[in-house]
Parts: sequence; C-alpha cells; structure tokens
Amino acid sequence: MDIIYYLIQNTLPVAIALLLVALGGMFSERSGVINIALEGIMLWGAFIGCGFVYLIERTAMDPQHILILAMLVSAMAGLLYSLLLSVAAINLKADQTIVGTALNMLVPAAILLFSRMFLQSDGVTTDINFYIREIPYLNRIPVLGRLFFTNTYISVYIGALILAIATIIYYKTGFGLHLRACGEHPHAADSVGINVYRMRYAGVSISGVLGGTGGFFYAVGVMNGDANGHTGVAGFGFLALAVMIFGQWKPIRILFAALFFAFLRTLAYSVALIPFLKALNLNQTYYRMLPYAATMVVLAFTSKKSRAPKAEGIPYDKSSRSLWQKAMRNIYHLHG
Amino acid sequence: MPDKVVKGTEAAYFKKIFKGKAFSAFISALLAIILGLIIGFIVMLSAHPDKAATGFRAILTGGFISLGNVFYFATPILMTGLAVGFAFKMGLFNIGASGQYTMGMYFALYAGFTFRLSSPLHWIICILAGFLGGALWGLIPGLFKALLNVNEVITSIMFNYIGMYLVDMWVQENPKMYVAATSRTAYLPASAQLPSLGIENSSVNVSIYIAIGIAVILFIILNMTTFGYELKATGYNRHASKYAGMNGTKNIIIAMAIAGGMAGLGGAFAILAPAQIAGSSMTYEPINRLAANGFNGIAVALLGNNSPLGIIISAIFISFIQRGGTLTSKYGFKPEIIDVVIAIIIYFSAFSMLMTIVAGKYLRRIPAGISLLFRKMPGR
Repeated sequence: MDIIYYLIQNTLPVAIALLLVALGGMFSERSGVINIALEGIMLWGAFIGCGFVYLIERTAMDPQHILILAMLVSAMAGLLYSLLLSVAAINLKADQTIVGTALNMLVPAAILLFSRMFLQSDGVTTDINFYIREIPYLNRIPVLGRLFFTNTYISVYIGALILAIATIIYYKTGFGLHLRACGEHPHAADSVGINVYRMRYAGVSISGVLGGTGGFFYAVGVMNGDANGHTGVAGFGFLALAVMIFGQWKPIRILFAALFFAFLRTLAYSVALIPFLKALNLNQTYYRMLPYAATMVVLAFTSKKSRAPKAEGIPYDKSSRSLWQKAMRNIYHLHG
Repeated sequence: MPDKVVKGTEAAYFKKIFKGKAFSAFISALLAIILGLIIGFIVMLSAHPDKAATGFRAILTGGFISLGNVFYFATPILMTGLAVGFAFKMGLFNIGASGQYTMGMYFALYAGFTFRLSSPLHWIICILAGFLGGALWGLIPGLFKALLNVNEVITSIMFNYIGMYLVDMWVQENPKMYVAATSRTAYLPASAQLPSLGIENSSVNVSIYIAIGIAVILFIILNMTTFGYELKATGYNRHASKYAGMNGTKNIIIAMAIAGGMAGLGGAFAILAPAQIAGSSMTYEPINRLAANGFNGIAVALLGNNSPLGIIISAIFISFIQRGGTLTSKYGFKPEIIDVVIAIIIYFSAFSMLMTIVAGKYLRRIPAGISLLFRKMPGR
C-alpha cells in the first residue's frame, strides 16, 4: 500500500508540469498555431524562474512565497519568449515548425553560453526546499489526505486551479469559442467580426504563460530546483504535445493523458522500490525509454481518427491578395 | 507547378523569380546569415562589450587558421543536412537526424569491433553498417507516417530519445566496445578507420569526398529520375500525386529510410575518422545526450535551400563559423555562441525567402513609381 501512495505522490508534480504545458499547446493549436517551441519555452521558464529563486533565496522569505513569485516571473518569461513565435507565425507567416525548432535550439545554447561565461556552470542550481511534508488538518482526511496533502509541492494545487480556470475559459466563455473558431475556420471567424490575428496572439501567448509556468514546475518537482542547458527539460515539451494529441485537444482528457504519462515516468524511476519489477531485473534504460515508447504506441492508436484543429499550421491572411500571400502561394506547399 | 497558377503581370514576374530560384534562395540564405551574425554580435556586445569586436573577428576569420578541420567537421553535418533536406523535398520534417546519426554511429562501431578484416574492406563495411543503422531509424518514423498518419515531427523526436538511450545501453553492455575506466568506447582497430588526407593537425579524411559524391548523387536522383520527380510531386501535393498514380505511401517510407541512412552515414563518418595519434581512434561517451550534429543538420539544410548542392556549401559555411566560434574562448566567450547564431539563422530562414521576394517586389516598384511621379507633374 505504501508503494501506491509513494507512486501517486510522486506522479502528481510531474503530471502537473505536463498538464500545464499540454494545456498551453491546446490553446495555441486551437487558435491555429502549431507550437513546437514548447520545449524551448519550458526550459526558458525553468531557467528564468530558477534564476530568480537563485537571486532571492538568501532572503528570509518563506519558500512557498518565493515559489509563487518565481512562478509569475517564469510565466512572464514564457510569454515574452512566445512572442517570437507569434510574430514569425502570425505576422510574417513563417513555417511554424521551423520557427519552433529554432526557438527550441536557441534556449539551451543561450543558457549554456551565459551560464558558462558568468556562473562557471551549465545552468542554475538552487538550495531552497520547496517540498511540503504535510499540510496541517487536511492531511488527516483518510486516504485522500495521504494521497494529496502529504509529501507534495504547492505547484500541484496551483496546477489544479489553472486546469479549472482553463476548462471554464475553454468551454464557457465567448473567448474560448472564438479561439476555437480561429483554429477551425479562420475565414468564417473573420467574417463574423473576430480578429483572427488577435485571437492567435492570445492563443500563443497563453501557451507561453503556461509553458513557462510548466517549465518552472518541472524544475521544482522533477529537477529539484535546478535548470541547465544540457539535460534541459528532457523532451517534456514534446511529450506534452503528445499528451495534447492523446487528450484530443480537450482539457479534461488532457488531464488524464498527463496523469498516464507522468505515472509511467514515475514508475520508470521507482523500479528499485517495486518488488515485482525489481525481480524482472531489466536494464534501467528500458524504463527510461518507457514514456517515449508509450508516446509512440499511443500516437499510433490515436492518430488515424485524431481531430486536430483544421486550420492549425496554416498562416492566416486577412486580405488574400496581399503580397505576402502571393509570394507564399508560390514558394510554399502547405502541408500538414 | 505553382508558377502557372498566378495570372497576368504577376505571372511574368514570378516566372522570372523562379528562373532565378537558386539565386533568390541564395539571397535569402545570405539575409538569414547576416541577421544571425548581427544578433550574435549584439549578444557578444551585451556579454563583454570590450572584447566583442575581437571575438567577432575570430568567428569570421578563425576558420582560415585550420581549413583542414573546417572540412573535417563539415562532413557529418553535410550528411545530417542531406538527411533533413532530402526528407524536406517531399514535405517531411525529419527532426530525427540526431537519433539516426547516433544509430548509424553505433552500427559502424559494432562492425568495427566485430569483423576482422583488412583496411579498405573493413571501413567500407563499417560505413555501410552506419547507413543501415540510420536507415532503420529513419524507416520507423516513415512507417508511422505512411501507414498510421502519425506526425513525423513528434515520432522522430521520440525516436531521438529512444535511439540515444538504446545506443548508450548497448555500448555500455558490450565489453569489447566499452572501457569502464575511461567511460568511453575503446579504440577502433586501424583497419576500420578512414584513410586520412594527410593534412597536418587535422583528421580530415576521405569521407568528405564520399559525402560530396553522395550529395551529387542525390541531386541527380532528385532532378533526373522518375523517383525523384515523384518525391517532389508528393511533397507539393500528396493528393494530386496520388491521383496521378504515384504511390505516396511507398515514397514516404523510402524517402525517410534514405534520409535516415544519410544521417547514419554522418554518424559513421564521425566515429570512423582517423586519429592524429597512432594507435588511438575517435571514441564515444555514452552520457545520455542527444547528438548536436543532428540538429545542426536542420540549419545546414535550410540554408542550403534543401538542395543537395546548396547543402554542400552551407555545411562548409556552418563548420567554418563553428571553428571560429571555438576560438572565441580565448577572449572570454564560449563556443556556444555559434549555437546561438545557428538557432537565430534558422529562425530567420523560416521567412527570409518571403522577405526576399517581397523586398524584390517593392524594389521593382520604385522605378515605376518614379516614372509615375513624373507623369503626374504639371506641364508635361
């Protein structure tokens, strides 16, 4: 029984990071922009957030307050970085996959460059402890108290709150509806007076905020408060995209997909504690590969009937007779 | 083809542009490079204002100090560039060159340590093994894309990680291959190493000729064979090409396997390069890190406009500024400055082609505008 508690307690911080980033991807793709750059945005948020913690950890501030402040900083960093994608993809009609790849490559390179020049290391290391042993009173609730209110991080609750807000925005507001329209049929959305450019900026910016926050939560919950340019976020930005596809671009399904992947990953790193798996005596590497291999299996089963937003990846041009559009038609073969 | 779609004066204009397609690709690559270098310089200025100019000069001219090494380091990225560019020709974004590269390297290592043969035969077999390993790792995303319609970008990224973990495990489990004391691979036998070109202080070897030869062969395949035509047609419009009787599914699988094979060759060329100290060889350290050469291939392919011949030039250029970048550590910078510049170049190359065409269009309008101005002047 202890092992089940242990697995779930350790799954949650990982799942929250994946969840937030996948939700970010969902908002971006629903508005019509493919955000491959989530990996880079995550690492950027993690690095800036941890850098902020590094600067103020010596003060007498409470660790949980520092975490919340750093979260806001990393969200801001993610937002600013995502603007590079917005400008290129929305205004300049660039190939979104290529721009995303460039943004993914830029972050680790920049982190390594500056960390090696000024910190003599590959990234930022913090000494602060964000871990919460138990939450008073709530931890006494039978079963649930032990599952959700002991050995955890405050990020889990913030993530749950963000999920609730995101779900409401997505289903219950005009903004959510307009956003989805822009990803399905931008010309129709435009004809009823929705500003497609503005909605796409909003979608990508939300993905920047959530990506940056998710990256910082990854650094807190998985990397122990560190961020470096070598391991980065270990492909979690891409895993989040797979989570999003598995979740069929819908918030609650994305939650379950994120829990599934996070559980696999936690399992992979807790093999030594599980007698049944330990007895198999497999090489650790097989378990490390598990989340990536599971992604492949899941995508193989879901991609045939997947319902991706129809207009994702296709730049929108209001005046279809503009020079950009004409040039584009002649040099692009828009695939995807 | 697309230039037939546009009518009227535009058609004539675009026909002209497309006649000079290679030229405008060159201009847009140049534009991306210049913008990348300018921003790189700004980054250097913000880090060390006083040393930025010296450091920047090192980047631009450092490659001349050791041209042999420029060609040596250009070889693997030329191959990964071909891996990305070839797949791009049919509309696939092969971001998995890194995993294919690692897999090819492992297969080459395996052949090197397993077979006991004499010199030319041994390294030729190793190279072929590298091709096979990479092709296998490109084939899988190809199958997923063609048969199950899984986006090749996510598949090939997942296979980057799976390949890297697998290779690192296989290397460490193989006592013939792995030296635990140094935590690196053992030295390859001399017969498995590629013949050096004999340039002092450089490991440049025959593989640069092989790589250029392969690029030329790919150019011929793409431009002079039915298969190449079908590849490009499928890239332009999968449905139309299917209607015309081309087998898109088969072509996707073959193209991804060939692309993977190119990256695999890159890995083989890198690990089979001759060492400058007799009795040693290149080694690999299994530390769970994705091969950077795979990602640099993306920059090489984009700068080369995905054309095999363009890729030869862009690989040499990227290698050239990388050599210069390593020299900047003398002035307090780090070689990663080049990775920053490369990322920025990729960013701009995603829309520099459009910038070039639109700029050209506006420039063309200026003389017309001036004559219009004169025509409207009173008294004429």
